[in-house]
Amino acid sequence: MTAWSVRVRGTVQGVGFRPFVHRVATGLSLDGAVRNVGGDVLIDVGGPEAAVARLVEALRDQAPPAARVVEVIVAPAPVAPPPGFRVTPSGDAELTGGFAGLPPDLATCDDCLRELFDPGDRRFRYPFINCTNCGPRATIVDALPYDRERTAMAGFALCRRCAAEYCDPADRRFHAEPVACPACGPRLTWHAGKRSAHADRALTAAAGAIGVGRIVAVKGLGGYQLICDATDASAVDRLRRRKQRPRKPFAVMVADLGAAHAVADLCPEGWTVLTSPARPIVLLPARTGSPVVAAVAPGVDRVGLFLPYTPLHHLLLRAVGRPLVVTSGNRADEPIAIGDADAAERLAGIADGFLSHDRPIRARYDDSVVHIAAGTARMLRRARGYAPGSLPLPVPARRPVLAVGAQLKHTFTLARGDRALVGPHGGDLADADTLAAFRANVAQLSRLHRFEPEVVAHDLHPDYLSTAYARETAAGPQLIGVQHHHAHVVSCAAEHGLDGPFLGVAYDGLGYGDDGRLWGGELLLATYTGFRRLGRFGAAPLPGGEAAVRRPVRTALGYLYGGEFPLPDAPPLALCRRMPAAEQTVVRRMIERHVNSPYASSAGRFLDAAASLLGIRDDNGYEGEAAILLEAAAHRATGHPEPLPWRLTSKDDLWVYDWSGTLSALLWRAAGGEPAADLALAVHRAVVDVTVELCGRAAESTGVRVVCLSGGCLQNRILAGALPPALRTAGLTALLNRDVPAGDGGISYGQAVVAAARLAGGD
Amino acid sequence: AGHGGGGAMSADLVRHLLIPGYGDAGGTADRDCAVVEAGGARLAFTTDAYVVQPMFFPGGSIGDLAVNGTVNDLAMAGATPLYLSAAFILEEGTPLADLGRISAAMGAAATAAGVRLVTGDTKVVGHGNGDGVYLTTSGVGVVADGVEIEPRRAAVGDAVLISGDLGRHGVAVLSCRENLEFGTTVASDTAPLHGLVAAMLATGADLHVLRDPTRGGLAAALNEIAAAARVGVELTERDLPVPDGVADACHLLGLDPLQVANEGRLVAFVRPDHAEDVLAAMRAHPYGTGARRIGTCVAGHPGMVVARTALGGTRVISMPIGEQLPRIC
Ligand SMILES: [Fe+3]
Ligand SMILES: [Mg+2]
Ligand SMILES: [Zn+2]
Ligand SMILES: [Zn+2]
Repeated sequence: MTAWSVRVRGTVQGVGFRPFVHRVATGLSLDGAVRNVGGDVLIDVGGPEAAVARLVEALRDQAPPAARVVEVIVAPAPVAPPPGFRVTPSGDAELTGGFAGLPPDLATCDDCLRELFDPGDRRFRYPFINCTNCGPRATIVDALPYDRERTAMAGFALCRRCAAEYCDPADRRFHAEPVACPACGPRLTWHAGKRSAHADRALTAAAGAIGVGRIVAVKGLGGYQLICDATDASAVDRLRRRKQRPRKPFAVMVADLGAAHAVADLCPEGWTVLTSPARPIVLLPARTGSPVVAAVAPGVDRVGLFLPYTPLHHLLLRAVGRPLVVTSGNRADEPIAIGDADAAERLAGIADGFLSHDRPIRARYDDSVVHIAAGTARMLRRARGYAPGSLPLPVPARRPVLAVGAQLKHTFTLARGDRALVGPHGGDLADADTLAAFRANVAQLSRLHRFEPEVVAHDLHPDYLSTAYARETAAGPQLIGVQHHHAHVVSCAAEHGLDGPFLGVAYDGLGYGDDGRLWGGELLLATYTGFRRLGRFGAAPLPGGEAAVRRPVRTALGYLYGGEFPLPDAPPLALCRRMPAAEQTVVRRMIERHVNSPYASSAGRFLDAAASLLGIRDDNGYEGEAAILLEAAAHRATGHPEPLPWRLTSKDDLWVYDWSGTLSALLWRAAGGEPAADLALAVHRAVVDVTVELCGRAAESTGVRVVCLSGGCLQNRILAGALPPALRTAGLTALLNRDVPAGDGGISYGQAVVAAARLAGGD
Repeated sequence: AGHGGGGAMSADLVRHLLIPGYGDAGGTADRDCAVVEAGGARLAFTTDAYVVQPMFFPGGSIGDLAVNGTVNDLAMAGATPLYLSAAFILEEGTPLADLGRISAAMGAAATAAGVRLVTGDTKVVGHGNGDGVYLTTSGVGVVADGVEIEPRRAAVGDAVLISGDLGRHGVAVLSCRENLEFGTTVASDTAPLHGLVAAMLATGADLHVLRDPTRGGLAAALNEIAAAARVGVELTERDLPVPDGVADACHLLGLDPLQVANEGRLVAFVRPDHAEDVLAAMRAHPYGTGARRIGTCVAGHPGMVVARTALGGTRVISMPIGEQLPRIC
């Protein structure tokens, strides 16, 4: 008879871990107790050594589906526990090196779903059904350890029957903190004008309203959502008008895989991620003849599809019986509303009715977005279902690091020990409410994890509001500035756990270079601590700065008339007929006189220019629209166009992509009547070829043969799909982001990795 | 580049390089205008340097700017401007006719403002070592007892008033310098504002802060006040008066009209119950006919300026940092 103390680290709270331990331990006739301590699970156990060994093995191999065991630490204990095995209340939160494993929210499990639609079950049609294997987590937690009294469920006293389930170690709801039933749990309400309804009638009323083309605000898991019939063109139109969102695609939720098949083409990878417990929005090829109206995603050949992830969504979809537009409950760039009063005010002009309930939302989590690129599901927006799950830090952080991210598609990261906790997608910090939400989220997650930053890592851009936030804290923590594109490529390297130096290809819109210029088409030789710039795209002025980003036709003029490489023989330009003469004159003058026309060596801006020159898009109705439509056009190419010509030159010890031949050929061939789709593909192929050549030369001169590809342009599936095999053919290994976005949502993770590595005093 | 832009970079330069150099001799040398005691009187004292290109532009010249700018710095401390000095740095080869026009403009502006140019200096630098004419003006004025107008007095609840429309000066100079055509010609708003301030003070209202939104525009002025008083400022975008010509030009140039310089406007922070009286007095004055309330001083987001947009959202108006670089990735 021996006694042991077993500590389990990872995502182990809120995932049915204690009942699982109880089941295994009783099955092995072990004595002892299990409890949550901080973010860990601690097991005091006594019994034969072989049985204890089997318990430890089971902890590693048979943990519940949503759990993620990082480490099991076994130490001898001085005193043997009393007979029997108990689940004891949580101890005081004492923190270990990393983070309490607060799990993300989990989609409704199959068992709960069966009960939801079983007329004989006492939770039949109850929209808040859940168990230890599913339900809300991160969105309801107030404090750790994760116990009911420290969640938004604290105000709901368990009824006798729920209490019995909650206390029975053999029950699926044993210590399911949000457990509830119609007798004791949260309740729906419906408001539309003066009319109101409760419980099941509220649901029926909301479904009825959606069914006749109304827009309904629904209190979801991590925030309010706006929902309408995705097969009703006038409803979708109305939503676009009221939400002031003219063209950006909406996500569509369908009841099940059968309905998904009618809307999109599902590959195995798409199927897997669509049905995963995180239930993200998955961008999939739209099916022709889909019942979803074109206005849901104008001009693009993909549809953002997801499956219901709460019982409420399941009930709504069944009731309406059609695919639904489900989009975040906000106006334009505002953060998604989570408070009832706030939502009522902000969404009053958009929604015809409100389907709400009395379980508060404690933290704001948008729906996550992934797509399938290079055969793998990759993150575009990391939020509900993924955040605040942690990622590895290749070099442990000696001191706690807060990385404040970039500006748009904002995220932040807390790093401690060997883990990085990446907060949920925020949005554009220039929106004051989003900035406030960022501060609140940092505070909430810091409080939850008793985290006090001693180091703040930030971008070098002086105008980013995240940089300003870092400076505000400058009296306390140490500041570490991290160059934007270094952070991008490091985010990729760290995901793959690289050690040594690597080549980094950072292709994105714009980031602040360490020379004070705008970068965005960069080849770096990098480690986690530093980098050297080896190559770049040729530069061009952006007449009007952000105005050029919003209006790619201005960028196109910048490339034509003020770029680093002159285009001597451009044919007459079609775009000149599309652009007002007065604007043309002013823009040309701005380029000539260098008025508010910063130069940028950007891959993203280059693709913007190509999109406009091909007549595909002159204005960005939403961020990245022109580049997205250029990619969509390339997918429609019918021929097998050769890459457009390109050239590498040498300037100031850098290899520079001279794109003058590319653009000149593009213009002449377009003028000769070649289809825009074929030219769109040909320009992508030129970028692929020039990148392979750049990396080949860099590998030759440095001996480094691993390439990390990151930045927003790597969310382009043609580049992400074609670059790795092309680089492999050249004898190089290419890596892409997967768990964090290649775009600016991944910047904070990269910053945290760099700061941790610099603290460790690498090279 | 950027250090002359009037934003955070030049503020940094002053705070981290110049002021430390002054050591014990430095006082409030980072302010537009100092109020000092001398011989029992409260004197307002200011100095400014002018390097504007072109020297002549629609609505005025470097001469008008130098006089009005210095008068306005005094006026923003609630002072009655009295005497000005003027120092010229001339580039060899500058046409004498230009110099004559500039001095005539200065004289006319001083007369209009009721101040006298009482002392000065002139230096000549070689051709290529200057840019036509650089002008430095200093000014003194007297501050009446009981007048305390300082950025740090901005208080939660204050009404934020503007004396007229925004962006004329910056657009006029830029379009003239770069030879840009916007259809309509925008003229500089350069004007002396101490008469307007006197009219505002005459209402007996408690004026907490006055500021002329020159370099860096309204954005810089409000951010400085918000930072100095640790208060928030909330604007309503719809209420911001931007003339069509300025709006069109800014749209084409990719500039934010809130960051464009004005030379004849003031922004005032006033106790809310005094705001209507002050507005009425402003509107009755020739340089305040376009006066209106544009926002409120709030307790939330101290140090930050936020605008409610037409869409109902909220936009952070940040401190301009030299040349604006895009933040979109
Ligand atoms: Fe980026
Ligand atoms: Mg001054
Ligand atoms: Zn379940
Ligand atoms: Zn119950």
